[in-house]
Amino acid sequence: MAFERNMDPKKTPMPTQDAEKRSHNFEEVALGYTYEMAVAEARRCLHCKNKPCQSACPVAIDIPGFIGRIAEEDLQGAWEILSASTALPAVCGRVCPQEHQCEGKCVRGIKGEPVGIGRLERFVADWHNAREDQKTEKPKANGHKVAIVGSGPAGLTCAGELAKMGYEVTVYEALHQAGGVLVYGIPEFRLPKAIVAQEIEGLKKLGVKVETNMVIGKVLTIDDLFDMGNEAIFVGSGAGLPRFMNIPGENLKGVYSANEYLTRVNLMKAYQQDSKTPIQRSQKVAVVGGGNVAMDAARCARRMGADEVTIVYRRSMNELPARKEEVEHALEEGIAFKTLSDPIEVLGDENGFVCGLRCIAMELGEPDESGRRRPVPVKDSAFDIPVDAVIVAIGTSPNPLIRKTTPGLETNKRGCIITEDEGGLTSRDGVYAGGDAVTGAATVILSMGAGKEAAKAMDAYIKGKNQ
Amino acid sequence: MFEIVKKEPLNATVTKMVVKAPLIARKAQPGQFIIFRALPDSERIPLTIADYDREKGTVTIIFQIVGRGTMELNTLNVGDSINDFVGPLGTPSHLDGLKKVAVVGGGVGCAIAYPVAKKLHKMGAQVHAITGFRNKELVILEQDFRDISDVYKIVTDDGSYGEKGLVTDALEQLIKEGNQYDEVFAIGPLIMMKFVCLLTKKYGIKTVVSMNPIMIDGTGMCGGCRLTVGGETKFACVDGPDFDGHLVDFDEAMKRGAMYRQFEAREREEECELMQKEVEG
Ligand SMILES: Cc1cc2nc3c(=O)[nH]c(=O)nc-3n(C[C@H](O)[C@H](O)[C@H](O)COP(=O)(O)OP(=O)(O)OC[C@H]3O[C@@H](n4cnc5c(N)ncnc54)[C@H](O)[C@@H]3O)c2cc1C
Ligand SMILES: Cc1cc2nc3c(=O)[nH]c(=O)nc-3n(C[C@H](O)[C@H](O)[C@H](O)COP(=O)(O)OP(=O)(O)OC[C@H]3O[C@@H](n4cnc5c(N)ncnc54)[C@H](O)[C@@H]3O)c2cc1C
Ligand code: SF4
Ligand code: SF4
Ligand code: FES
Ligand SMILES: [Mg+2]
Repeated sequence: MAFERNMDPKKTPMPTQDAEKRSHNFEEVALGYTYEMAVAEARRCLHCKNKPCQSACPVAIDIPGFIGRIAEEDLQGAWEILSASTALPAVCGRVCPQEHQCEGKCVRGIKGEPVGIGRLERFVADWHNAREDQKTEKPKANGHKVAIVGSGPAGLTCAGELAKMGYEVTVYEALHQAGGVLVYGIPEFRLPKAIVAQEIEGLKKLGVKVETNMVIGKVLTIDDLFDMGNEAIFVGSGAGLPRFMNIPGENLKGVYSANEYLTRVNLMKAYQQDSKTPIQRSQKVAVVGGGNVAMDAARCARRMGADEVTIVYRRSMNELPARKEEVEHALEEGIAFKTLSDPIEVLGDENGFVCGLRCIAMELGEPDESGRRRPVPVKDSAFDIPVDAVIVAIGTSPNPLIRKTTPGLETNKRGCIITEDEGGLTSRDGVYAGGDAVTGAATVILSMGAGKEAAKAMDAYIKGKNQ
Repeated sequence: MFEIVKKEPLNATVTKMVVKAPLIARKAQPGQFIIFRALPDSERIPLTIADYDREKGTVTIIFQIVGRGTMELNTLNVGDSINDFVGPLGTPSHLDGLKKVAVVGGGVGCAIAYPVAKKLHKMGAQVHAITGFRNKELVILEQDFRDISDVYKIVTDDGSYGEKGLVTDALEQLIKEGNQYDEVFAIGPLIMMKFVCLLTKKYGIKTVVSMNPIMIDGTGMCGGCRLTVGGETKFACVDGPDFDGHLVDFDEAMKRGAMYRQFEAREREEECELMQKEVEG
């Protein structure tokens, strides 16, 4: 080894935009490591023989491998190792829940902080993406055609893998822009849209066709896609159907699903000064829920000018399902957390606008099936939070459109498409599925993993059929 | 990109456009709609498919110029292209088995009512059409309705054309004359649909209305288009836009439709100023 190991128990800190300043803009919060920081952080890795970190990465990146290259200042080598396992490292490095995955198993985390694996992944990807001399060679066509429904991480990954094998790939996307949750949900300040755009450009260079404004099930059905000569189809339509609380007042003006709010702000660019997208400029906002979606909605509301933003969550701070870093950033930005509270009614004024959120206090009882302690209501504990907007971020489920228009496609009682195996084969011959459409709302990296496995299975299926 | 092949003003504020969209034309059915964005970065706006020609691969839209989005669309001309145009969205109207139907249209709602009336006529049903407008200048689709209806009535608020009165007056008259309708289709401003429903409820006639809440995606993703129907929350873009009018909470829908009034007024002014400058410059 040509370098000295860095035994600092703490991660090299990530430079970030000042919290007060960033609460008023949509520029990226985490600025990324410099070269020196990356090398220093990489030198904290112990290169464990049994690679516990790798086993906790859903796409099994050779983590000590790529980190070792950074430590040796060989970024090209690091990139090659990374890109062998993941199609979107610039995305995953930013949004993976690392504390539950790779970093959660890092040996250095036992006595101090784990190696900043996600930050290093991002660093290498950004380094690579900034270079101009990237060549993508269009693979040799193999004469077979496939279709992908949905352009989220699952669909894009599947498309990329199949294109590299020589398939003629068309991605069909319902919205006017490709990228799935990466463009309509996750905000600019956490995942710059330019990164997603660059990934999609990369796919186009591989020959992938991306057709927007194509709601499959409406304009074309899955069966139409087969009639058009596609030999296999991947469904990566996500879990975009918002759940509501079913409490009185939920249809008042100023109550948004997180999907609506985030779509207006992100996809439809209400965050830009001269935007044509209508949005309320709210002063006091309550966001219901405790996941990444809730954090994103709260932080967007703050940036749209709200003075007071409160996360209302049924359990305690310890159970928040959001990425740890997002919770920390939200706290720094002055987002208030009203935990152990459950909304029971949205209050409205005489014009039908929201003026408050009535909640009851909760306490934690016995553990439920998820292993987390179940919140139970405290008697006579109702209280009101004065707000002029409520954003509901309590979860989503798969959209029924494809299920309803595809005879023979089986789903479970939660509306998720049932798949037979890792490869994502559904109950319909030649139809594969993966990502949130199968699992319900999950993560970017799991969706990508599913897209990749499905691509292999589709390739095997088509080859088998044509023998 | 979706090319405009025909553009025709129907009155001072309503325009008809025929747009090249072969895939949509192939699947479109009465009751369905499209969502367009006139220019990159425009808002997403729903419009009913007023007609379609499967052979020519075209879709007709008829829209009232009310605010920024529709003004932008109206700046485009034959040969220009609409940036985004997606559909057919929504559930087609259920028309099977209907023998005698009153179709009631108010204002630009007539554009939404027309394809339903036309299909019913083609199916061999008796169509009694009633169309209402504020005044003579605003009358649209008169000949189109005449061609497909067995009884046709035009009413205007001020009596400047057809009979003076409201569509509800004309409908009640037809009912009182002994016409027994399997169903009434009412499409127009919310307030009009509400009053038609109050009337038909009195006579116990099933009434279908086409709801037009504020929409974004049109696929069930944002929940912005939600309505209360029979005490349940429904998404107009996927569960509708047609609903049993006797179950719809119109008062709530009217409030929700006004959610962005202030913003829209500002946008409208800006757009007007912009156009004014172009004209002067
Ligand atoms: C606000 C928010 C924040 C999140 N933050 C994180 C995070 O920090 N880390 C993390 O790992 N995960 C996060 N997630 C979850 C993650 O984004 C999803 O798990 C992931 O995007 C799922 O990928 P997918 O490809 O399965 O579906 P999606 O990304 O949902 O993409 C599905 C695409 O299919 C399209 N589609 C749907 N139906 C049709 C149809 N009928 N025809 C054509 N196209 C269709 C949709 O428009 C969409 O573009 C977040 C999610 C949200 C909403
Ligand atoms: C299913 C459906 C079918 C429709 N069909 C027709 C039609 O065939 N012809 C026609 O003239 N109009 C139709 N409309 C109404 C049309 O969508 C609105 O007039 C249009 O959106 C106004 O936009 P704007 O920017 O020009 O005006 P704005 O000034 O922005 O809005 C004027 C009013 O239109 C409504 N509106 C605004 N934005 C939306 C939106 N995104 N979605 C729905 N309503 C909105 C609001 O009530 C608002 O107060 C339909 C609406 C729906 C939901
Ligand atoms: S893809 Fe995610 S889990 Fe895997 S190494 Fe990267 S950040 Fe960790
Ligand atoms: S567990 Fe941590 S220290 Fe060990 S190889 Fe993985 S990243 Fe390096
Ligand atoms: S328009 Fe978004 S759910 Fe209906
Ligand atoms: Mg508008």
